[in-house]
Amino acid sequence: MSDKLFRIFLFIAACLIPIICGGIIYALVTDAYESFEHFGFLNFIFSSEWDYTEGNEQYGALPFIVGTMMTTFLALLFCIPFSLPVALFVGEYFKGTPVAAILSTVTDLLAGIPSIIYGLWGFFTLRPIIMALDISPEGSSILTASMVLSIMIIPYAASLSAEFIKMVPADLKEGAYSLGATRFEVIRKIVFPVAGSGIFSSYILAIGRALGETMTVTMLIGNTNQIPDGITATGNSMASIIANQFGEADGLKLSSLIAIGLILFLITAVINMIGKIMIKRARIS
Amino acid sequence: MIMNDMKILQRLYTDKIFKIAVCLFAALTAIPLFAILGEVLIKGYSQLSWSFFTEPTPTAYKAMQAVAAGEPIPGGIANGIIGSVIMLGMATVVAVPIGILCGVYLAENSKKRFAIIVSYITDLLQGTPSVIIGIITYVWVVVPMKGYSAIAGSVALFIMMLPLIIRSTEETVKILPASLKEAGLALGGNNARVTLKVILPSAFGGIFTGILLAVSRVIGETAPLMFTALGCSFIRWDIDKPISAVPLLIWEFFNDPNLQELIWGASLFLLIFVLSLNLTAKYFAKKWNS
Repeated sequence: MSDKLFRIFLFIAACLIPIICGGIIYALVTDAYESFEHFGFLNFIFSSEWDYTEGNEQYGALPFIVGTMMTTFLALLFCIPFSLPVALFVGEYFKGTPVAAILSTVTDLLAGIPSIIYGLWGFFTLRPIIMALDISPEGSSILTASMVLSIMIIPYAASLSAEFIKMVPADLKEGAYSLGATRFEVIRKIVFPVAGSGIFSSYILAIGRALGETMTVTMLIGNTNQIPDGITATGNSMASIIANQFGEADGLKLSSLIAIGLILFLITAVINMIGKIMIKRARIS
Repeated sequence: MIMNDMKILQRLYTDKIFKIAVCLFAALTAIPLFAILGEVLIKGYSQLSWSFFTEPTPTAYKAMQAVAAGEPIPGGIANGIIGSVIMLGMATVVAVPIGILCGVYLAENSKKRFAIIVSYITDLLQGTPSVIIGIITYVWVVVPMKGYSAIAGSVALFIMMLPLIIRSTEETVKILPASLKEAGLALGGNNARVTLKVILPSAFGGIFTGILLAVSRVIGETAPLMFTALGCSFIRWDIDKPISAVPLLIWEFFNDPNLQELIWGASLFLLIFVLSLNLTAKYFAKKWNS
């Protein structure tokens, strides 16, 4: 094959990626336009009405934006006490040993479990526990969804944090040890400050994952369309309202759901870009 | 003096307690994995039989009759397995060559501005929530074709697989020693020949691992298939008609109280498939690196 032809093939393949991405943005914007035009862009985002009685249709994204923020934030909160120890276990305490390899295999497998199976487990195992503890009457709530979501993002946060903890130069740590520091002090005063920005960025990427998680949240959040008035209340996230109602939607409702999709796409894109740029910086320094 | 000893002791104890806490919480992370595996295994294994893999989903009425008679629900998930295989097959056949070509382009032109932009967009595509891929495929494929189809489902899976294959190809090709390519060029091969005959075969292990991981990631995807493939309760081979998939069936069983018993068999099948693909990929990656 001639070199020129081959180069052209490579270039065409590479062009496909921006085309797909441009197509995604174009399709989302054109199909969401009807809704934005009808309700007004800001009004759509800040309205908490979701009413599909014919003739008096009112759609606003606020309940779902709030629902997404709440599940994501809580999931992050629940995930840190587990993902950070896993990262320290794999990247510092037992670096390079078989136990660390076993633990990282376990977290890899956790990342591999399909989200619908997490949802089933949350529904049939965790939900009865929540009900028995009398935390929420139906068992489905923002809290239930966030708890399962937190398990799902542990692997992402932990494996990337461990990578940065492993990269902390040995001579820095040895210097601290030679001054009489204990391992805890080395971790607190050397490992965390040096690996800090990398660890931070791995949590940003974990947020990016939690934002768009669909099936698990749909199965556990309760699917009600108002702003949740507490973490034990039911609600809906942006992804779960789409999963729930997209199938039978048309007209203005379809356009409003696509508008929610556009907002979700933009938020995840911004969070992911911040995370990736921070990781690139952390790797260089 | 005693004060000093106390302080050292306190520091040593803090160190010990912290280590114990780290080990404890790290070990706790393994619990969900075993809890999920255990639950799916215990509830699911009794449903697994030959007919579970060869027969399509029963109707709700048949299932109700069987439950009322105290018998196990007849039928299985053959329609889902065939649908998953068809859609994954079509998505993989298209995504692999394009992904590899794009990955090679990114690895060979890593300094070019266009390649850097494409690389960022690949990341963006990889982070896009799967439900949005579903919406997009609905708008792109389902609406123009005036109906749900296996083609639409495989387009959604293709978009999800592509960035994963590109990344793994790019990373594998990038870490190959430059001398490999130079040796090929020195023997008189042109760029195209060297890439096809030297670079890609040497990178085969990494690329293959990437493909396995990409397949295992999308095989359990439900959300993008809900608006594209829709589902179908009998075995079907047409690619222009609605079709089922294993995760879609799990979602159907979850929503239909009469079929709920079938959830666990289908989940067990999906879980075993995904996790063994994952472990195989990990094994290959290790073998290739050493």
